[in-house]
Amino acid sequence: MAGGLKEVRERIKSVVNTQQITKAMKMVSAAKLRKAQGAIVQMRPYADRLNRMLSNILSNLDGGATTSFGKERTVNNVLVVIITSNRGLCGAFNTNICKEAIALIDEKYGRQRRDGKVSVMFVGKKGYDYFRRRFRDFNYISEHIPVYDNPAYENVSLVSRAQMDAFSNGQYDAVEIVYGRFKNAATQIPTAEQWLPVPKMEKDPSQKRADYIFEPDQQQLLENLVPSILQLSFHKTLLDTQASEHGARMTAMDKATENAEELLKELRINYNKARQEAITTELGEIVGGAAALEG
Amino acid sequence: MNLTILSPEKEIFSGDVKSVKVPGSAGQFEMLDNHAPIVASLAKGEIRVLTDKGEKVVFNVEGGFVEMLNNEVSLLVSSVRED
Repeated sequence: MAGGLKEVRERIKSVVNTQQITKAMKMVSAAKLRKAQGAIVQMRPYADRLNRMLSNILSNLDGGATTSFGKERTVNNVLVVIITSNRGLCGAFNTNICKEAIALIDEKYGRQRRDGKVSVMFVGKKGYDYFRRRFRDFNYISEHIPVYDNPAYENVSLVSRAQMDAFSNGQYDAVEIVYGRFKNAATQIPTAEQWLPVPKMEKDPSQKRADYIFEPDQQQLLENLVPSILQLSFHKTLLDTQASEHGARMTAMDKATENAEELLKELRINYNKARQEAITTELGEIVGGAAALEG
Repeated sequence: MNLTILSPEKEIFSGDVKSVKVPGSAGQFEMLDNHAPIVASLAKGEIRVLTDKGEKVVFNVEGGFVEMLNNEVSLLVSSVRED
């Protein structure tokens, strides 16, 4: 590939431009990642204390605890919530989440799928794009897609509250969430979690019976506490996916910058080759011309 | 006693207080120093705080939970407005 001098020079210029863009995008993602991680950290004290209250109440109940959100029933209608990003350029991040969701549906809800009883709700646009193009046998719910860009707690809890109500009045018998769990900037784990019904809560046998006044009684407290915990865990999946998105984009853009560098190396060699060739030819012509004059 | 008010998004209040009155779902009650350990859920209403310096602070909440243990009060609220 020893194209003309001018062509090679132009290609080098365009690759350098692309490289600058990918480099900038990587830095932007790094900053956004820090912010997204901050939101997760901010939530931790609240989550810790909520869980402490839960375990205190459980330690005081004899036998297992069940609430209206924990009742298992025959699963006819399923809701799968898929949380993806709104934008691309983050490698296979969104595709991996979608594949995880398909694997979950095939494995756990094959019968419901044949009966056309699987509903899929999207938060974030990319998941919707992926599914709409490939499958026609799900009921799609797309009204909550924009929530991804506005993850204020109040806003998100409106959405999770609506899904809890749908579970309570029997519209769905199970709700699953598929999202990108954030491990670190370089690792995102597509994860499927059963959100409803709530898995049975067991008390920690090592924990001593807490000596508390409970107001109202434990059972009623549990009924109030569980929805808050559900809302919080729904919110957490969204925040996790956002942090994961920026992590994935950072990695993708870093890779792209590296690739551009390699391409540039090759192009520069080609450019120098072409330049030397041109000089050699020119010299040959001059020498040839001089010899002809002398002759 | 020490009071911390937390929402999922941030810490709203933290500091030493003389008393805190909360809208418990079974009725309003007030906690002072050395109150017995308690866990309670809250209804919509006002949280009235009297700080050690004598300042009065009022928050409006839509609901939440309160726990008190060893003079540490944690108030967990989902949406809150300061008056």
